Amino acid sequence: MKIVMDRAKCTGIGICEALAPTIFEVDDNGELVVLSAEVPEDAQNEVTEAVEGCPTMALRLQS
Amino acid sequence: MSAATVRTGPSSLVVVGASLAGLRAVEAARKVGFAGRITLIGDEPHLPYDRPPLSKDLLAPGAPTDPVTFRSRTELVDDLGVQLLLHTPATGLDPHAQVVHIGGEEVAYDALVVATGAVARGLPGTEGLAGVHVLRTLDDARSVRRALDEGARTVVVGAGFIGSEVASAARKRGLPTTVVEALPTPLTRSVGPDLGTALALLHTRNGTALRCGQTVAAVQGTDRVEGVRLTDGTVIDADLVVVGIGAVPRTDWLADSGLPVDDGVVCDAFLRAGAPGIYAAGDVARWHNVLFDRSMRVEHWSAAAEQGAQAARNAVSPAAAQFYATVPYFWSDWYGSRIQFAGVAGNDGCEIVSGDPADDHFVALYREGDRLTGVLTLNGQRYVMKYRRLIAQRARFDEAIAFARTSAPTRSAATTS
Repeated sequence: MKIVMDRAKCTGIGICEALAPTIFEVDDNGELVVLSAEVPEDAQNEVTEAVEGCPTMALRLQS
Repeated sequence: MSAATVRTGPSSLVVVGASLAGLRAVEAARKVGFAGRITLIGDEPHLPYDRPPLSKDLLAPGAPTDPVTFRSRTELVDDLGVQLLLHTPATGLDPHAQVVHIGGEEVAYDALVVATGAVARGLPGTEGLAGVHVLRTLDDARSVRRALDEGARTVVVGAGFIGSEVASAARKRGLPTTVVEALPTPLTRSVGPDLGTALALLHTRNGTALRCGQTVAAVQGTDRVEGVRLTDGTVIDADLVVVGIGAVPRTDWLADSGLPVDDGVVCDAFLRAGAPGIYAAGDVARWHNVLFDRSMRVEHWSAAAEQGAQAARNAVSPAAAQFYATVPYFWSDWYGSRIQFAGVAGNDGCEIVSGDPADDHFVALYREGDRLTGVLTLNGQRYVMKYRRLIAQRARFDEAIAFARTSAPTRSAATTS
């Protein structure tokens, strides 16, 4: 599974970082950095939660 | 051989309140495999929509005024199998008969999630006066937007987060804007007096007049608002008055239900509301947050989403119920700056660990005793979730200070003023 981010929708609120800190990080400019576009096996649950929990619906998963 | 007693869970779920918490409730119930009847009852005519944009994007010039909805009617009704009762305010609850009243009709439930939110406080005596609005619903936001589009001289009553976002939107259009705050310092309850003052500087730096320690003596005008007279006698000309003085949990419809209500529906750590099968979620819920060992009611996006889901999971599978604990988190956008707060503003002081409260970036940590309880950032997006994690781990304050020293407080080269 791959994480796809819509940068136009993302406003860097950081819910994804709270749910999956090894995968998502908001940087100094308030922009989201996806640390690993390919979802590691052991992080699938938290990444799914992060994708579903995004307040601006900026994240989706692509298989 | 006698038939074994099969213990069945609830066969019907009713969710009262069709905003974020209510929506997440029905989604979560289906996600855990609940196959019974689900009814979602809401008082507004609209499908569940997102509220944060109402005081942000929706107020911008030229921005669409359609609501940001999460799911289409087809998705809700056909895919999730939800019976939608919109534009249908619940009027009562009988926990013994296990029915929700909607006017003269009754909707029976086995499991119930109360997610009726909160209603914005208005200014008494201004009912029916055109140009005076609260900002809670889509319809409110559209009214405020229309007034801003017409170039309204704007007065915001209350220097809270939503009012401040409205002031920011008005100033972005170059409109004359005043914020009136009753307390001597703004945001004291949310972030403490010192940092409340620091955040309020954003108003004055961006050309909004801030009048603290003043209340509204009278809103002037016969059919339309013409001005606001303050207690010191000052009159501010106004075409638009936005009242942002907080919200009251919507529990009036529960008055005869016997449910415990005390500034919200009183719940335990599992969001159970004190009668069989009943749970509460979102702005209306006052629950015991074990992470801070205290009763809390928060009006935050992330808590509404999470509580809605957890309340529904517990409601449809009570035997597998889990408690809900969180580090409360909210964000607010003023004048192009982002404010983020996580945790609680502890009573034992705070420390700036990055930036300067008089400037456009800072990170402040709050404590209670030796424990880290909260973090406030201004344009500190990189930091807030890291401290939120420390708060969730019940980190000591000195651990957080040590962490601050190692997480190089760099300033963004790309920051614009």
